[in-house]
Amino acid sequence: MDILQYLPFDLPHPALLLAGVLEGTVLAAVLALTALGLSLVFGIMRVVNVAHGEFYMLGAVLAWFVTTWVASVTGGPPWLGFAVALVVAPVVVGAIAAAADWLVLKRLDYDPEATIVATIGLLYIIQQLALTFYGPDARPVVAPFDFRVQTPYFGYSGYKLVVVGAAIVLMLAVWLVLTRTRIGLVMRATQYDRETAQAFGIPVDTVYAGVFALGAGLAAIGAVLIVPIQQAHYLMGGDPLLLSFIVVILGGLGSLKGTLVAAVFIGLSDGLISTLYEPTLAKILATLLVAMVLVFRPQGLFGARAA
Amino acid sequence: MTRSILLHGLVLAALVALEPVLSEYHHGNLARIMVLAVYAVGYNMLFGYTGLLSLGHAMFFAAGMYGCALLVRLAEWGVGPAFAAGVVCALAAGVVVGFLALRTIGVGFMIVTLMFAEAAHLGILYYNDYTRGDEGFTIPQAIRTVAGLDLSDTTTRYFAALALFAAALIASAAVVQSRTGRVLVAIRENEDRVRMLGFDPFRYKLFALVFSATMAGAAGAAYAVLFGYAGASFAEVQYSILPLLWVLLGGPGTTLGPLLGTVLMFYLIDYASGTIMPGLAALVEAQTGIAAPGLASAWLLMVGLALVLLVLFAPRGLLGVVRARMVPWLP
Amino acid sequence: MVGTMCLAQRPTMTVPIEQLSATGLVKDFGGLRAVDVDAFALHAGEIRAVIGPNGAGKTTFVGLLCGRFPPTAGRIRFEGRDITGMPAHERVGLGIAYTFQITSIFGNLSLYDNVALPAQRRAMLDGGGDVRARAMAALKRVGLADRATEIASAQSYGHQRLLEVAMGLALGPKVLILDEPTQGLADSEIAAFIDLVREVARETTILLIEHNMPVVMALAERITVLDRGRILAEGTPEAIRADAAVQAAYLGG
Repeated sequence: MDILQYLPFDLPHPALLLAGVLEGTVLAAVLALTALGLSLVFGIMRVVNVAHGEFYMLGAVLAWFVTTWVASVTGGPPWLGFAVALVVAPVVVGAIAAAADWLVLKRLDYDPEATIVATIGLLYIIQQLALTFYGPDARPVVAPFDFRVQTPYFGYSGYKLVVVGAAIVLMLAVWLVLTRTRIGLVMRATQYDRETAQAFGIPVDTVYAGVFALGAGLAAIGAVLIVPIQQAHYLMGGDPLLLSFIVVILGGLGSLKGTLVAAVFIGLSDGLISTLYEPTLAKILATLLVAMVLVFRPQGLFGARAA
Repeated sequence: MTRSILLHGLVLAALVALEPVLSEYHHGNLARIMVLAVYAVGYNMLFGYTGLLSLGHAMFFAAGMYGCALLVRLAEWGVGPAFAAGVVCALAAGVVVGFLALRTIGVGFMIVTLMFAEAAHLGILYYNDYTRGDEGFTIPQAIRTVAGLDLSDTTTRYFAALALFAAALIASAAVVQSRTGRVLVAIRENEDRVRMLGFDPFRYKLFALVFSATMAGAAGAAYAVLFGYAGASFAEVQYSILPLLWVLLGGPGTTLGPLLGTVLMFYLIDYASGTIMPGLAALVEAQTGIAAPGLASAWLLMVGLALVLLVLFAPRGLLGVVRARMVPWLP
Repeated sequence: MVGTMCLAQRPTMTVPIEQLSATGLVKDFGGLRAVDVDAFALHAGEIRAVIGPNGAGKTTFVGLLCGRFPPTAGRIRFEGRDITGMPAHERVGLGIAYTFQITSIFGNLSLYDNVALPAQRRAMLDGGGDVRARAMAALKRVGLADRATEIASAQSYGHQRLLEVAMGLALGPKVLILDEPTQGLADSEIAAFIDLVREVARETTILLIEHNMPVVMALAERITVLDRGRILAEGTPEAIRADAAVQAAYLGG
């Protein structure tokens, strides 16, 4: 006799559950990268970058341009164009971000409210320029390689698992840079006290531009990794922005460890819920949760106390 | 005080006088602008006078719009009572959101309001069976009447919009020139000092937020009644950003700034999407040969540019500059 | 009923009334103990100065008294009533006014609007009253009445400090806490300021945080010396001047 039939709800089929966990892991990996960028920018510069999702979108759109161009010029295999995109997209997006920092945010003296309004403006500018030159269509990028991993129930895209690995490696790299290098020390000193850092000869303006570029670049890399799975579209920045906000806030504003824990939690639960249940309802609950966390527990659910 | 009454009276009189001379196109536009300006007037009370930047006012606009339109559609209420119910919905939403969101300050307040509004927007999409989601639904012309007046008639609609705008303008001018208004401005300038002068800032901020939400809701309900449509796009983030933009452009903390900003931005966007952008697209393609497939429809670029330029170069807005340079008594 | 009980009692009193007092008052910031005061009492009608080296916790201490931050431990009483958990704005309503160390006027408003705010609050608390007359009276007391319509941020630093005091006066307080009021003033302005405080003290208890020792010696009837958050000594100006511990910690340094 099957005892499961007495459960008050339908247990999802193990295959569905596994698919949900796998999809959730991929989402969590890319989300962690993107949210890490947002978190760095907030943590060090105290800037809430509403345009973060557009840097992500820009990374995906650039990946399409670069892979298409490389394929047409060299006729090489998909991995070649993808490798070029993986370098070019974050560098270009980072340069655009640094320019935005220098042209706009710095001139506002990083006033929190003014910078939020300005980054909303940047959001529309970047998004509409993408619409202008990339157009309104969604376009796919071919995965750099194609192999399938066999699970007990179904074959699963090996590329997606590589995405997870790549995201982990990149986050480890960021963590090493922040904790083990002089650049990381300079960043942390700037985060701790901007005026004192300046007095000690740290070029705060350069650090800020660099951090803003790094944050945008991380979003762009996340997007390049995802674009063989999801197509590139000029409106694709909205969801990662919302999810990154959720992650960064639940993790504790400016707390990197909290951001990673929250990214895994949100990525997995979003993957599971979206696969098994109603994604809109999940998003409603997540946004309300974020609002309540900010109201009642501003230091976040997973993070240490924010400064 | 008398100068201020005269100025507001003149503006309202000008709006009355414009009615018979406007072409049908501008006539419809101005009716729409006046309804949206009510939204901006409400936003200004919170942002311009009290210094609280909400990124979620679309939820109040939507609360008014859906509170009204759903009662008409599902419960077959008349548009008059349904309008009132819409306003009450927005007021109630303002109280609830205020009690929660006002526990936070600065960036926290912006994100909390943004998240609540996003939840409201998603909620409208989720209850698609009732709201019909992005597609929305119309309110038939035949039932858009109040006390025998046909609100779909263009002249009636114009004066209904004007009456609502006049009420909002007068209410807001009365508040900002009252003692309460003085406290609101002081909170914007230095909240800690206001507390140490014995005022409870929370109560005043809650008042400003509820006032603002009620105005937004009145605008949303009026939009549904006068233009016969309710749709989820009015609950999107963009509809929270627009009143911010209108107020920033016209002049935060000036009573007439919201109207000025709404008029200018409405026509700028209208002109941009109708003429500038398609023209630009043709020019770029003809001159450079670079394909710009989306340029013709990229009118939101104007919104982005306006936000960045305003916050960089004119954070006091047009009437703010006028007040600082020429007319110090401007309310 | 409000506002009269502490007036002009000083000359006739033999045992002073404890108007504002604190016991076991502790404030920690992170791991740091900023304030640790076993017992403190401000007597009705006196002018009390709080002195101490930089970082002694003076501003934090008076901040606890007027409710700008909650204490970590301890009780605060005002006129026999426990006000430890009372929010700052309600304490102001009871009659405890605070003027800021860093000038904290409303720069974009006129001088009149700056003092009209506290005047308006007083009128609300009293259930009525002429806001305009009260506001103008406060400006007049500090000598700024003829500048009422000018914008606050356009005033000289000395005038801004006076406006700050006028805002406190317009509240009609029973206790006026002045946080380094003479900081940055010219000598001539300081002399006028001493006269002003003496005049105000006739009807209001004054708690004065001050670095300028001549001002302290000219005004204070009693002095409380804070050092590293604790009360090091308390007494008349003469006694404090003679106190060896105080000299070591502060005056002699």
